[in-house]
Amino acid sequence: MRAVYPTTWRRPPQIVRDRRWRIVLQLGILLYLVLAVGSVEVDWARVSAGLERGQRFILGFLQPDFSSRWRDISQGLVESLTMTLTSTVVGVAVSLPIGIGAARNLAPRGIYVICRGIIAVSRALQEIIIAIFLVAMFGFGPFAGFLTLSFATIGFIAKLLADDIEEIDEAQAEAIRATGASWGQLINYAIEPQVMPRLIGLSLYRLDINFRESAVIGIVGAGGIGATLNTAIDRYEYDSAGAILLIVIGIVMVAEYSSSSLRKHLQ
Amino acid sequence: MNGITHHSQVWTYRSPRQRLLLWGGWLALVALFVWCWQVMTRDTIWAFVNDAPTQAADIGGRMFPPRLSYLPELLLPLWDTLNIATLGTIGGVLMAVPVAFLAARNTTPSVHVLRPAALFIIVASRSINSLIWALLLVAIIGPGLLAGIVAIALRSIGFVGKLLYEAIEETDASQIEAVTATGASAAQVISYGIVPQIMPAFWGISVFRWDINIRESAILGLVGAGGIGLKLQASLNVLAWPQVTMILIVILGTVVLSEWISARMRHALI
Repeated sequence: MRAVYPTTWRRPPQIVRDRRWRIVLQLGILLYLVLAVGSVEVDWARVSAGLERGQRFILGFLQPDFSSRWRDISQGLVESLTMTLTSTVVGVAVSLPIGIGAARNLAPRGIYVICRGIIAVSRALQEIIIAIFLVAMFGFGPFAGFLTLSFATIGFIAKLLADDIEEIDEAQAEAIRATGASWGQLINYAIEPQVMPRLIGLSLYRLDINFRESAVIGIVGAGGIGATLNTAIDRYEYDSAGAILLIVIGIVMVAEYSSSSLRKHLQ
Repeated sequence: MNGITHHSQVWTYRSPRQRLLLWGGWLALVALFVWCWQVMTRDTIWAFVNDAPTQAADIGGRMFPPRLSYLPELLLPLWDTLNIATLGTIGGVLMAVPVAFLAARNTTPSVHVLRPAALFIIVASRSINSLIWALLLVAIIGPGLLAGIVAIALRSIGFVGKLLYEAIEETDASQIEAVTATGASAAQVISYGIVPQIMPAFWGISVFRWDINIRESAILGLVGAGGIGLKLQASLNVLAWPQVTMILIVILGTVVLSEWISARMRHALI
Protein backbone atom coordinates (compact mmCIF):
# COMPACT_ATOMS: atom_id res chain seq x y z
CA MET A 1 0.00 0.00 0.00
CA ARG A 2 1.51 3.24 -1.05
CA ALA A 3 -0.27 6.34 0.09
CA VAL A 4 -0.30 9.27 -2.30
CA TYR A 5 1.48 12.06 -0.58
CA PRO A 6 0.16 15.53 -1.30
CA THR A 7 2.77 17.77 -2.83
CA THR A 8 1.37 21.04 -1.51
CA TRP A 9 0.62 21.89 2.08
CA ARG A 10 -2.59 23.57 3.13
CA ARG A 11 -3.03 25.14 6.49
CA PRO A 12 -5.46 23.01 8.52
CA PRO A 13 -8.56 24.79 9.88
CA GLN A 14 -8.33 25.69 13.55
CA ILE A 15 -11.86 26.27 14.74
CA VAL A 16 -14.43 24.23 12.78
CA ARG A 17 -12.80 21.08 11.45
CA ASP A 18 -15.66 19.62 9.39
CA ARG A 19 -15.74 21.12 5.89
CA ARG A 20 -19.55 20.90 5.47
CA TRP A 21 -20.11 22.68 8.77
CA ARG A 22 -17.73 25.43 7.70
CA ILE A 23 -19.67 26.03 4.49
CA VAL A 24 -23.03 26.05 6.31
CA LEU A 25 -21.65 28.48 8.89
CA GLN A 26 -20.19 30.80 6.27
CA LEU A 27 -23.44 30.83 4.28
CA GLY A 28 -25.42 31.48 7.46
CA ILE A 29 -23.20 34.39 8.43
CA LEU A 30 -23.45 35.83 4.92
CA LEU A 31 -27.25 35.54 4.95
CA TYR A 32 -27.44 37.22 8.35
CA LEU A 33 -25.17 40.06 7.26
CA VAL A 34 -27.28 40.72 4.15
CA LEU A 35 -30.47 40.77 6.22
CA ALA A 36 -28.98 42.88 8.99
CA VAL A 37 -27.31 45.44 6.78
CA GLY A 38 -30.49 45.61 4.70
CA SER A 39 -32.57 46.52 7.74
CA VAL A 40 -30.34 49.43 8.72
CA GLU A 41 -31.85 52.57 7.31
CA VAL A 42 -29.34 55.35 6.89
CA ASP A 43 -30.32 58.88 6.02
CA TRP A 44 -27.19 59.83 4.11
CA ALA A 45 -28.31 63.44 3.66
CA ARG A 46 -28.49 63.78 7.44
CA VAL A 47 -25.12 62.09 7.84
CA SER A 48 -23.38 64.40 5.38
CA ALA A 49 -25.06 67.39 7.01
CA GLY A 50 -23.80 66.15 10.35
CA LEU A 51 -20.21 65.74 9.20
CA GLU A 52 -19.72 69.48 9.48
CA ARG A 53 -20.83 69.21 13.08
CA GLY A 54 -18.46 66.29 13.54
CA GLN A 55 -15.67 68.46 12.27
CA ARG A 56 -16.58 71.12 14.83
CA PHE A 57 -16.57 68.46 17.51
CA ILE A 58 -13.11 67.27 16.52
CA LEU A 59 -11.93 70.88 16.52
CA GLY A 60 -13.48 71.30 19.97
CA PHE A 61 -11.61 68.18 21.08
CA LEU A 62 -8.34 69.61 19.79
CA GLN A 63 -8.98 73.03 21.32
CA PRO A 64 -10.86 72.18 24.48
CA ASP A 65 -12.45 75.03 26.38
CA PHE A 66 -11.88 74.43 30.06
CA SER A 67 -12.56 77.92 31.29
CA SER A 68 -15.96 79.21 30.22
CA ARG A 69 -17.95 76.42 31.90
CA TRP A 70 -15.37 75.67 34.59
CA ARG A 71 -17.86 76.18 37.43
CA ASP A 72 -20.22 73.53 36.04
CA ILE A 73 -17.37 71.20 35.15
CA SER A 74 -15.73 71.41 38.56
CA GLN A 75 -19.04 70.87 40.32
CA GLY A 76 -19.76 67.83 38.14
CA LEU A 77 -16.28 66.48 38.82
CA VAL A 78 -16.61 66.91 42.59
CA GLU A 79 -19.97 65.14 42.48
CA SER A 80 -18.56 62.32 40.37
CA LEU A 81 -15.46 61.82 42.51
CA THR A 82 -17.27 61.90 45.85
CA MET A 83 -19.99 59.63 44.44
CA THR A 84 -17.32 57.19 43.24
CA LEU A 85 -15.56 56.97 46.59
CA THR A 86 -18.63 56.74 48.83
CA SER A 87 -20.37 54.21 46.61
CA THR A 88 -17.27 52.02 46.41
CA VAL A 89 -16.81 52.07 50.21
CA VAL A 90 -20.47 51.34 50.92
CA GLY A 91 -20.72 48.81 48.09
CA VAL A 92 -17.67 46.87 49.28
CA ALA A 93 -18.84 47.00 52.91
CA VAL A 94 -22.22 45.56 51.92
CA SER A 95 -20.72 42.97 49.61
CA LEU A 96 -18.51 41.48 52.34
CA PRO A 97 -21.32 39.68 54.20
CA ILE A 98 -23.08 38.85 50.91
CA GLY A 99 -19.86 37.50 49.41
CA ILE A 100 -19.19 35.34 52.47
CA GLY A 101 -22.79 34.18 52.39
CA ALA A 102 -22.51 33.26 48.72
CA ALA A 103 -19.47 31.03 49.23
CA ARG A 104 -20.56 27.40 49.15
CA ASN A 105 -17.89 26.22 51.57
CA LEU A 106 -18.82 28.67 54.36
CA ALA A 107 -22.55 29.30 54.26
CA PRO A 108 -25.49 26.99 54.81
CA ARG A 109 -27.59 26.12 51.78
CA GLY A 110 -30.45 28.58 52.43
CA ILE A 111 -28.22 31.63 52.90
CA TYR A 112 -26.14 30.58 49.88
CA VAL A 113 -29.20 30.62 47.61
CA ILE A 114 -30.40 34.00 48.91
CA CYS A 115 -26.99 35.66 48.51
CA ARG A 116 -26.44 34.23 45.02
CA GLY A 117 -29.90 35.55 44.15
CA ILE A 118 -28.98 39.07 45.27
CA ILE A 119 -25.80 38.89 43.20
CA ALA A 120 -27.66 37.65 40.12
CA VAL A 121 -30.21 40.48 40.33
CA SER A 122 -27.51 43.11 40.76
CA ARG A 123 -25.51 41.79 37.82
CA ALA A 124 -28.40 41.31 35.44
CA LEU A 125 -29.64 44.90 35.61
CA GLN A 126 -27.80 47.62 33.74
CA GLU A 127 -26.55 50.52 35.85
CA ILE A 128 -28.47 52.98 33.74
CA ILE A 129 -31.79 51.17 34.19
CA ILE A 130 -31.27 51.05 37.96
CA ALA A 131 -30.41 54.75 37.82
CA ILE A 132 -33.69 55.56 36.03
CA PHE A 133 -35.68 53.91 38.80
CA LEU A 134 -33.61 55.34 41.66
CA VAL A 135 -33.85 58.85 40.23
CA ALA A 136 -37.61 58.42 40.04
CA MET A 137 -37.65 57.35 43.70
CA PHE A 138 -34.97 59.53 45.31
CA GLY A 139 -35.08 62.62 43.15
CA PHE A 140 -32.40 64.07 40.88
CA GLY A 141 -28.83 64.48 42.03
CA PRO A 142 -25.77 62.53 43.15
CA PHE A 143 -27.59 60.68 45.94
CA ALA A 144 -29.45 58.53 43.39
CA GLY A 145 -26.15 58.02 41.56
CA PHE A 146 -24.47 56.95 44.79
CA LEU A 147 -27.18 54.34 45.40
CA THR A 148 -26.96 53.08 41.80
CA LEU A 149 -23.21 52.61 41.91
CA SER A 150 -23.34 50.98 45.37
CA PHE A 151 -25.91 48.50 44.11
CA ALA A 152 -23.87 47.72 41.01
CA THR A 153 -20.73 47.31 43.15
CA ILE A 154 -22.44 44.63 45.25
CA GLY A 155 -22.96 42.36 42.26
CA PHE A 156 -19.39 42.74 41.08
CA ILE A 157 -17.43 42.50 44.35
CA ALA A 158 -19.65 39.95 46.09
CA LYS A 159 -19.53 37.54 43.14
CA LEU A 160 -15.75 37.71 42.73
CA LEU A 161 -15.22 37.52 46.50
CA ALA A 162 -17.47 34.48 46.78
CA ASP A 163 -15.72 32.72 43.88
CA ASP A 164 -12.40 33.57 45.51
CA ILE A 165 -13.45 32.16 48.88
CA GLU A 166 -14.65 28.98 47.20
CA GLU A 167 -11.20 28.54 45.68
CA ILE A 168 -9.12 28.99 48.85
CA ASP A 169 -6.62 26.45 50.06
CA GLU A 170 -8.76 24.16 52.25
CA ALA A 171 -5.74 22.90 54.19
CA GLN A 172 -5.29 26.23 55.96
CA ALA A 173 -8.95 26.40 56.91
CA GLU A 174 -8.72 22.80 58.13
CA ALA A 175 -5.69 23.65 60.28
CA ILE A 176 -7.43 26.59 61.91
CA ARG A 177 -10.57 24.53 62.44
CA ALA A 178 -8.49 21.81 64.10
CA THR A 179 -7.37 24.27 66.79
CA GLY A 180 -11.01 24.58 67.86
CA ALA A 181 -11.54 28.01 66.34
CA SER A 182 -15.00 29.47 66.16
CA TRP A 183 -16.61 30.44 62.84
CA GLY A 184 -15.58 34.10 63.32
CA GLN A 185 -11.98 33.08 64.05
CA LEU A 186 -12.02 30.83 61.01
CA ILE A 187 -12.96 33.79 58.81
CA ASN A 188 -10.41 36.02 60.47
CA TYR A 189 -7.37 33.73 60.46
CA ALA A 190 -7.96 31.26 57.61
CA ILE A 191 -10.06 33.04 54.98
CA GLU A 192 -9.16 36.71 55.34
CA PRO A 193 -5.36 36.39 54.83
CA GLN A 194 -5.97 34.36 51.67
CA VAL A 195 -8.50 36.62 49.98
CA MET A 196 -7.51 40.06 51.33
CA PRO A 197 -4.91 41.03 48.68
CA ARG A 198 -7.28 40.15 45.89
CA LEU A 199 -10.20 41.90 47.60
CA ILE A 200 -8.19 45.11 47.87
CA GLY A 201 -7.21 44.78 44.23
CA LEU A 202 -10.80 44.25 43.17
CA SER A 203 -11.98 47.21 45.24
CA LEU A 204 -9.45 49.47 43.54
CA TYR A 205 -10.54 48.13 40.17
CA ARG A 206 -14.18 48.78 41.06
CA LEU A 207 -13.27 52.34 42.09
CA ASP A 208 -12.03 52.75 38.55
CA ILE A 209 -15.21 51.31 37.03
CA ASN A 210 -17.43 53.39 39.29
CA PHE A 211 -15.78 56.59 38.13
CA ARG A 212 -16.32 55.60 34.50
CA GLU A 213 -19.94 54.71 35.21
CA SER A 214 -20.51 57.93 37.14
CA ALA A 215 -19.88 59.74 33.87
CA VAL A 216 -22.78 57.86 32.30
CA ILE A 217 -25.57 57.75 34.84
CA GLY A 218 -25.67 61.55 34.86
CA ILE A 219 -27.39 61.33 31.49
CA VAL A 220 -30.56 60.09 33.18
CA GLY A 221 -30.32 62.65 35.99
CA ALA A 222 -28.20 60.94 38.62
CA GLY A 223 -25.69 63.78 38.98
CA GLY A 224 -21.98 63.86 38.30
CA ILE A 225 -19.91 64.79 35.30
CA GLY A 226 -22.32 62.96 32.96
CA ALA A 227 -25.00 65.56 33.62
CA THR A 228 -22.56 68.35 32.75
CA LEU A 229 -21.51 66.52 29.60
CA ASN A 230 -25.10 65.97 28.54
CA THR A 231 -25.86 69.67 29.00
CA ALA A 232 -22.76 70.67 27.03
CA ILE A 233 -23.73 68.44 24.10
CA ASP A 234 -27.34 69.61 24.21
CA ARG A 235 -26.10 73.19 23.94
CA TYR A 236 -23.81 72.23 21.03
CA GLU A 237 -20.84 73.47 23.08
CA TYR A 238 -18.43 70.93 21.64
CA ASP A 239 -15.35 72.66 23.03
CA SER A 240 -16.67 72.28 26.59
CA ALA A 241 -17.73 68.68 25.84
CA GLY A 242 -14.23 68.00 24.51
CA ALA A 243 -12.74 69.41 27.70
CA ILE A 244 -14.96 67.20 29.84
CA LEU A 245 -14.11 64.09 27.84
CA LEU A 246 -10.39 64.87 28.08
CA ILE A 247 -10.68 65.27 31.85
CA VAL A 248 -12.53 61.96 32.12
CA ILE A 249 -9.94 60.18 29.97
CA GLY A 250 -7.15 61.74 32.02
CA ILE A 251 -8.61 60.71 35.37
CA VAL A 252 -9.36 57.20 34.10
CA MET A 253 -5.78 56.87 32.84
CA VAL A 254 -4.30 58.05 36.15
CA ALA A 255 -6.65 55.81 38.12
CA GLU A 256 -5.89 52.82 35.92
CA TYR A 257 -2.12 53.18 36.12
CA SER A 258 -2.05 53.88 39.86
CA SER A 259 -4.49 51.10 40.69
CA SER A 260 -2.64 48.56 38.57
CA SER A 261 0.73 49.50 40.06
CA LEU A 262 -0.79 49.42 43.56
CA ARG A 263 -2.26 46.00 42.82
CA LYS A 264 1.11 44.71 41.62
CA HIS A 265 2.68 46.06 44.81
CA LEU A 266 0.07 44.31 46.96
CA GLN A 267 0.12 40.90 45.32
CA MET B 1 14.40 39.64 61.81
CA ASN B 2 18.01 40.15 62.85
CA GLY B 3 19.68 38.00 65.49
CA ILE B 4 17.98 37.06 68.70
CA THR B 5 15.05 39.26 69.51
CA HIS B 6 12.73 39.40 72.44
CA HIS B 7 9.81 37.06 72.02
CA SER B 8 6.49 38.08 73.40
CA GLN B 9 4.53 35.44 75.27
CA VAL B 10 1.36 36.27 73.42
CA TRP B 11 1.26 35.60 69.69
CA THR B 12 -0.21 38.39 67.62
CA TYR B 13 -0.95 38.37 63.96
CA ARG B 14 0.83 41.66 63.16
CA SER B 15 3.71 43.64 64.63
CA PRO B 16 2.85 46.85 66.54
CA ARG B 17 4.15 48.97 63.67
CA GLN B 18 1.95 47.14 61.18
CA ARG B 19 -1.03 47.54 63.46
CA LEU B 20 -0.43 51.27 63.78
CA LEU B 21 -0.12 51.66 60.01
CA LEU B 22 -3.25 49.62 59.46
CA TRP B 23 -5.18 51.64 61.98
CA GLY B 24 -3.96 54.88 60.44
CA GLY B 25 -4.97 53.66 56.99
CA TRP B 26 -8.48 52.78 58.14
CA LEU B 27 -8.79 56.12 59.93
CA ALA B 28 -7.78 57.97 56.77
CA LEU B 29 -10.27 55.99 54.70
CA VAL B 30 -13.12 56.65 57.13
CA ALA B 31 -12.25 60.34 57.34
CA LEU B 32 -12.13 60.59 53.56
CA PHE B 33 -15.44 58.78 53.30
CA VAL B 34 -17.16 61.08 55.78
CA TRP B 35 -15.78 64.16 54.06
CA CYS B 36 -16.87 62.93 50.62
CA TRP B 37 -20.27 62.01 51.98
CA GLN B 38 -20.76 65.53 53.31
CA VAL B 39 -19.65 67.15 50.08
CA MET B 40 -21.85 64.85 48.04
CA THR B 41 -25.03 65.26 50.06
CA ARG B 42 -24.71 69.03 50.46
CA ASP B 43 -27.44 69.66 47.91
CA THR B 44 -29.53 66.58 48.55
CA ILE B 45 -33.17 67.25 49.30
CA TRP B 46 -33.83 64.83 52.14
CA ALA B 47 -37.59 65.17 51.83
CA PHE B 48 -37.37 63.33 48.50
CA VAL B 49 -35.13 60.67 50.00
CA ASN B 50 -37.46 60.05 52.94
CA ASP B 51 -40.31 59.87 50.49
CA ALA B 52 -38.64 57.07 48.52
CA PRO B 53 -40.47 54.05 50.04
CA THR B 54 -43.86 55.49 49.10
CA GLN B 55 -42.58 56.34 45.63
CA ALA B 56 -41.17 52.83 45.26
CA ALA B 57 -44.47 51.27 46.34
CA ASP B 58 -46.33 53.55 43.94
CA ILE B 59 -44.14 52.71 40.92
CA GLY B 60 -44.09 49.04 41.86
CA GLY B 61 -47.89 49.05 42.01
CA ARG B 62 -48.14 50.62 38.58
CA MET B 63 -45.61 48.27 37.01
CA PHE B 64 -47.62 45.11 37.54
CA PRO B 65 -48.97 43.31 35.69
CA PRO B 66 -46.72 43.78 32.62
CA ARG B 67 -48.58 44.56 29.42
CA LEU B 68 -48.21 41.37 27.40
CA SER B 69 -50.04 42.75 24.37
CA TYR B 70 -47.09 45.14 23.88
CA LEU B 71 -44.80 42.26 22.99
CA PRO B 72 -45.43 42.16 19.17
CA GLU B 73 -44.46 45.82 18.93
CA LEU B 74 -41.13 45.02 20.59
CA LEU B 75 -39.94 42.40 18.12
CA LEU B 76 -38.70 44.78 15.45
CA PRO B 77 -36.77 46.99 17.94
CA LEU B 78 -35.31 43.80 19.39
CA TRP B 79 -34.04 42.74 15.94
CA ASP B 80 -32.57 46.26 15.58
CA THR B 81 -30.87 45.93 18.96
CA LEU B 82 -29.34 42.58 17.99
CA ASN B 83 -28.12 44.13 14.74
CA ILE B 84 -26.57 47.08 16.54
CA ALA B 85 -24.69 44.70 18.82
CA THR B 86 -23.58 42.29 16.10
CA LEU B 87 -22.63 44.77 13.38
CA GLY B 88 -21.03 47.02 15.99
CA THR B 89 -18.95 44.12 17.29
CA ILE B 90 -17.84 43.20 13.78
CA GLY B 91 -16.85 46.80 13.04
CA GLY B 92 -15.09 47.17 16.38
CA VAL B 93 -13.13 43.94 15.96
CA LEU B 94 -12.05 44.89 12.44
CA MET B 95 -10.67 48.19 13.74
CA ALA B 96 -9.21 46.65 16.89
CA VAL B 97 -7.00 44.06 15.14
CA PRO B 98 -4.53 46.52 13.56
CA VAL B 99 -4.51 48.59 16.75
CA ALA B 100 -3.67 45.47 18.77
CA PHE B 101 -0.78 44.55 16.46
CA LEU B 102 0.54 48.11 16.73
CA ALA B 103 0.23 48.05 20.52
CA ALA B 104 1.82 44.66 21.18
CA ARG B 105 5.45 45.01 22.15
CA ASN B 106 6.62 42.11 19.95
CA THR B 107 4.85 43.14 16.74
CA THR B 108 4.79 46.92 16.83
CA PRO B 109 6.79 48.56 14.02
CA SER B 110 7.85 51.50 16.21
CA VAL B 111 8.05 51.42 19.97
CA HIS B 112 8.30 55.18 20.44
CA VAL B 113 5.65 56.55 18.09
CA LEU B 114 3.02 54.03 17.00
CA ARG B 115 2.84 52.01 20.21
CA PRO B 116 1.93 54.97 22.49
CA ALA B 117 -0.53 56.16 19.84
CA ALA B 118 -2.20 52.75 19.73
CA LEU B 119 -2.27 52.59 23.53
CA PHE B 120 -3.89 56.01 23.64
CA ILE B 121 -6.59 54.87 21.20
CA ILE B 122 -7.26 51.88 23.44
CA VAL B 123 -7.47 53.95 26.64
CA ALA B 124 -9.62 56.66 25.04
CA SER B 125 -12.03 54.10 23.66
CA ARG B 126 -12.19 52.23 26.96
CA SER B 127 -12.70 55.20 29.21
CA ILE B 128 -15.69 56.57 27.32
CA ASN B 129 -18.82 54.51 27.77
CA SER B 130 -20.80 53.48 24.70
CA LEU B 131 -23.72 55.62 25.88
CA ILE B 132 -21.52 58.73 25.72
CA TRP B 133 -20.22 57.70 22.30
CA ALA B 134 -23.85 57.33 21.25
CA LEU B 135 -24.72 60.74 22.70
CA LEU B 136 -21.96 62.33 20.61
CA LEU B 137 -22.77 60.37 17.46
CA VAL B 138 -26.48 61.08 17.65
CA ALA B 139 -25.60 64.77 17.74
CA ILE B 140 -23.23 64.36 14.80
CA ILE B 141 -24.77 61.85 12.37
CA GLY B 142 -28.34 61.99 13.58
CA PRO B 143 -30.53 59.58 15.51
CA GLY B 144 -30.88 56.03 14.25
CA LEU B 145 -29.26 52.64 14.06
CA LEU B 146 -26.08 53.87 12.42
CA ALA B 147 -25.16 56.03 15.42
CA GLY B 148 -25.68 53.02 17.68
CA ILE B 149 -23.58 50.73 15.50
CA VAL B 150 -20.71 53.22 15.32
CA ALA B 151 -20.92 53.88 19.08
CA ILE B 152 -20.72 50.16 19.87
CA ALA B 153 -17.86 49.73 17.39
CA LEU B 154 -15.85 52.61 18.85
CA ARG B 155 -16.34 51.33 22.38
CA SER B 156 -15.35 47.79 21.38
CA ILE B 157 -11.99 48.85 19.93
CA GLY B 158 -10.49 49.47 23.35
CA PHE B 159 -11.76 46.30 24.97
CA VAL B 160 -10.90 43.94 22.11
CA GLY B 161 -7.65 45.79 21.37
CA LYS B 162 -6.42 45.56 24.96
CA LEU B 163 -7.17 41.88 25.44
CA LEU B 164 -5.88 41.00 21.98
CA TYR B 165 -2.58 42.84 22.36
CA GLU B 166 -2.02 41.11 25.69
CA ALA B 167 -2.67 37.79 23.93
CA ILE B 168 -0.18 38.72 21.20
CA GLU B 169 2.45 39.60 23.79
CA GLU B 170 1.92 36.25 25.50
CA THR B 171 2.53 34.19 22.35
CA ASP B 172 5.21 31.52 22.46
CA ALA B 173 8.38 33.11 21.05
CA SER B 174 9.94 29.81 19.99
CA GLN B 175 7.23 29.13 17.40
CA ILE B 176 7.71 32.59 15.95
CA GLU B 177 11.46 32.02 15.86
CA ALA B 178 10.95 28.71 14.07
CA VAL B 179 8.86 30.39 11.38
CA THR B 180 11.39 33.22 11.10
CA ALA B 181 14.22 30.68 10.71
CA THR B 182 12.61 29.34 7.52
CA GLY B 183 13.21 32.73 5.93
CA ALA B 184 9.62 33.91 6.20
CA SER B 185 8.80 37.56 5.59
CA ALA B 186 7.29 39.70 8.36
CA ALA B 187 3.78 39.16 7.01
CA GLN B 188 4.33 35.42 6.83
CA VAL B 189 5.64 35.38 10.40
CA ILE B 190 2.44 37.05 11.55
CA SER B 191 0.28 34.77 9.43
CA TYR B 192 1.94 31.46 10.36
CA GLY B 193 3.63 32.20 13.68
CA ILE B 194 1.33 34.54 15.56
CA VAL B 195 -2.19 34.24 14.13
CA PRO B 196 -2.62 30.50 14.84
CA GLN B 197 -1.56 31.12 18.44
CA ILE B 198 -4.00 33.97 19.11
CA MET B 199 -6.94 32.55 17.14
CA PRO B 200 -8.76 30.92 20.12
CA ALA B 201 -8.23 34.04 22.23
CA PHE B 202 -9.46 36.20 19.36
CA TRP B 203 -12.74 34.33 18.97
CA GLY B 204 -13.21 34.12 22.71
CA ILE B 205 -12.71 37.88 23.13
CA SER B 206 -15.01 38.68 20.20
CA VAL B 207 -17.84 36.53 21.50
CA PHE B 208 -17.38 37.93 25.00
CA ARG B 209 -17.56 41.49 23.67
CA TRP B 210 -20.63 40.60 21.59
CA ASP B 211 -22.32 39.45 24.77
CA ILE B 212 -21.47 42.73 26.52
CA ASN B 213 -22.59 44.71 23.48
CA ILE B 214 -26.03 43.10 23.56
CA ARG B 215 -26.47 44.54 27.05
CA GLU B 216 -25.18 47.94 26.06
CA SER B 217 -27.13 48.22 22.81
CA ALA B 218 -30.35 47.59 24.70
CA ILE B 219 -30.05 50.97 26.40
CA LEU B 220 -28.52 53.03 23.59
CA GLY B 221 -32.02 54.05 22.51
CA LEU B 222 -32.26 56.22 25.64
CA VAL B 223 -30.17 58.81 23.82
CA GLY B 224 -31.79 58.17 20.44
CA ALA B 225 -29.50 55.59 18.90
CA GLY B 226 -32.16 53.06 17.92
CA GLY B 227 -33.17 49.65 19.20
CA ILE B 228 -35.36 48.62 22.08
CA GLY B 229 -34.09 51.50 24.21
CA LEU B 230 -36.16 53.88 22.07
CA LYS B 231 -39.31 52.05 23.15
CA LEU B 232 -38.10 52.20 26.76
CA GLN B 233 -37.55 55.94 26.52
CA ALA B 234 -40.95 56.45 24.88
CA SER B 235 -42.72 54.39 27.55
CA LEU B 236 -40.89 56.19 30.37
CA ASN B 237 -41.81 59.55 28.91
CA VAL B 238 -45.51 58.77 28.99
CA LEU B 239 -45.16 56.97 32.35
CA ALA B 240 -46.52 53.74 30.85
CA TRP B 241 -45.08 51.55 33.61
CA PRO B 242 -46.68 48.22 32.49
CA GLN B 243 -44.92 48.67 29.13
CA VAL B 244 -41.65 49.45 30.93
CA THR B 245 -41.93 46.17 32.83
CA MET B 246 -42.56 44.28 29.58
CA ILE B 247 -39.51 45.90 27.95
CA LEU B 248 -37.33 45.09 30.96
CA ILE B 249 -38.47 41.47 30.83
CA VAL B 250 -37.59 41.28 27.13
CA ILE B 251 -34.16 42.89 27.74
CA LEU B 252 -33.47 40.57 30.66
CA GLY B 253 -34.44 37.51 28.60
CA THR B 254 -32.20 38.59 25.72
CA VAL B 255 -29.28 39.24 28.05
CA VAL B 256 -29.60 35.87 29.77
CA LEU B 257 -29.89 34.10 26.40
CA SER B 258 -26.88 35.89 24.92
CA GLU B 259 -24.83 35.18 28.04
CA TRP B 260 -25.71 31.49 27.74
CA ILE B 261 -24.80 31.43 24.03
CA SER B 262 -21.51 33.20 24.62
CA ALA B 263 -20.61 30.92 27.53
CA ARG B 264 -21.30 27.84 25.37
CA MET B 265 -19.32 29.21 22.45
CA ARG B 266 -16.35 30.20 24.57
CA HIS B 267 -16.44 26.79 26.23
CA ALA B 268 -16.35 25.14 22.81
CA LEU B 269 -13.52 27.39 21.61
CA ILE B 270 -11.09 27.38 24.51
